[in-house]
Amino acid sequence: MDLTRISALDGWSWTVPRAAGESRHEVKLYGSRELLETMDDKVLEQITNVARLPGLVGAAMTMPDAHWGYGFPIGGVAAFDAQRGGIVSAGGVGFDISCGIRCLRTDLTLPDIMPRLEPLADNLYRDIPAGVGEGGHIRLDVPELDRVLAGGAAWALEQGYGEAADLEYVEENGRARGAVPAKVSALAKKRQLGEMGTLGSGNHYLEVQWVERILDAEAARAFGLFEGQIVVSIHCGSRGLGHQIGTEYLVSLAKAAGRLGIALPDRELACAPIDSDEGQAYLGAMNAATNCALANRQILAQLTRRVFAHHFPGHGLETLFDVSHNTCKTEWHLVEGRRRLLHVHRKGATRAFGPGHPDLPQRYREAGQPVIIGGSMGTGSYILAGTAESEARAFSSASHGAGRAMSRHAALKRWQGRALLKDLETRGVLVRTRSMRGAAEEAPGAYKDVERVAEATERAGLARRVALLRPKVCIKG
Amino acid sequence: MPYFEHDADVGVVGRGASLEQAFVAGAEAVFSLITRLEGIRPLESVEVQFEEADAELAFVTWINQLLGHAHENGLVLGKFELEHEGERWRGRGWGEPWRDEMERGVDVKGATLTMLSVAQTDGGWEARCVIDV
Repeated sequence: MDLTRISALDGWSWTVPRAAGESRHEVKLYGSRELLETMDDKVLEQITNVARLPGLVGAAMTMPDAHWGYGFPIGGVAAFDAQRGGIVSAGGVGFDISCGIRCLRTDLTLPDIMPRLEPLADNLYRDIPAGVGEGGHIRLDVPELDRVLAGGAAWALEQGYGEAADLEYVEENGRARGAVPAKVSALAKKRQLGEMGTLGSGNHYLEVQWVERILDAEAARAFGLFEGQIVVSIHCGSRGLGHQIGTEYLVSLAKAAGRLGIALPDRELACAPIDSDEGQAYLGAMNAATNCALANRQILAQLTRRVFAHHFPGHGLETLFDVSHNTCKTEWHLVEGRRRLLHVHRKGATRAFGPGHPDLPQRYREAGQPVIIGGSMGTGSYILAGTAESEARAFSSASHGAGRAMSRHAALKRWQGRALLKDLETRGVLVRTRSMRGAAEEAPGAYKDVERVAEATERAGLARRVALLRPKVCIKG
Repeated sequence: MPYFEHDADVGVVGRGASLEQAFVAGAEAVFSLITRLEGIRPLESVEVQFEEADAELAFVTWINQLLGHAHENGLVLGKFELEHEGERWRGRGWGEPWRDEMERGVDVKGATLTMLSVAQTDGGWEARCVIDV
């Protein structure tokens, strides 16, 4: 990014000065100088365009892991007020609606699992459907899928996938309000009939990780984390159903914007007023897809438990938290001293409620919400806690991952999948995947340094670091 | 190369003597991300039909309908045909169910409106957009 186009607000946040006569909201970019230097100028272009959308409240923002996306940048956060003509945008959520991470904690330690690491990796690879073209073990009909779309993780629990305690630790207790399965097309539903309980491909993964370092002892205690502990992170979303909804509504909202007289700075920002028929239809479908994603991760969590139960009988996996990072959520926020109901878009950004937030489970009420920054394959991930100041800074939002630093094409030219996996194995990380091409595209070197992203997230006041996780097993699509 | 650079996703380009050929080339570029097209047997097909006056939105709809129907039927597609008359577009994609020996690339989520353009060039037509993977 050309840093001459932005001005520092402090060491960890930046703004884009308005040109003379330019009418738009403020733009805020969170991150270090070093991280911003590596971002594409398109990030700046995209978030500045978001700042021109109607009904925006406060600034259009990017998180420290931001990179060039479609419509909104990945790592983009923007809140809109329906009472002031605010919009909802399919490009502000992304195609993989409610993609997110389920983190499970165990009472196992690294020495406990090392003797069985290979068979554990092999069994997870066998039992967790992953990769392009891989269907799941569950086959639904359309009426049952409608129940998934209305019920979310609670539906999965009713089918025997999970434990009752799980739901308390899933956003919105595992069921998004406002889901309208009737606003999901027949094709989107057909795509999902055989896809429940599948991981997908690309940057999705299941990792067995260990806690290398605790950085905030008090929050770690609340989260049930200790050094040397084994945890499992599952990163995936709403699969074919979400993709179909995203693609269909992107085009229909682009047309609606023209019809409803919304002047878009770029067509890719396809959107409609929240209170319009088109906006409400998208929100109904999007919330249905959110429930699909929550149910999907609930099923995968239970499949993982079964594998662990086989290898480590008597040791359970408890849900630490399940948080989505491609969302538009209706939330109350304090804006200039007044509580307002806003539609907060977080595209590749995680909700990060601070201590005392009423939507947090009692166990985390003092520490703040667990925030998960998933790192690149074979490197590391962070668990953070939401802060009080993040509310004023970014509508309680934080980074979601390491963020790409290199295109997939460039990564393919630089790395070879098989050699990469061998190298990771020599460094103690077992990767299981059907796609060597996918592995090369997801090479750790193709991503930003997750440590720099987590540090910038904390220094910017968005969330504070609690624990550093290192992978031992990675199941990739 | 039928691709252009994008940080997280992939930009695809379809070029052809006619608009329809450019769209077909775009579909080939997209499905090449999923697996190698060589060796895919045209054993089954999916039909795509839609009405769209805007050529750019037609390109996105063509790609996304192919992806949707391929996924719905558990197929991987390797050969495409398309014709249109005014706003009416009608096409078909041929392929077969996944086989174990096929190379697994990435799951393509869909075509986006980013960097979307359909334009006449000296040699014919060119269609391009960013694909979410």
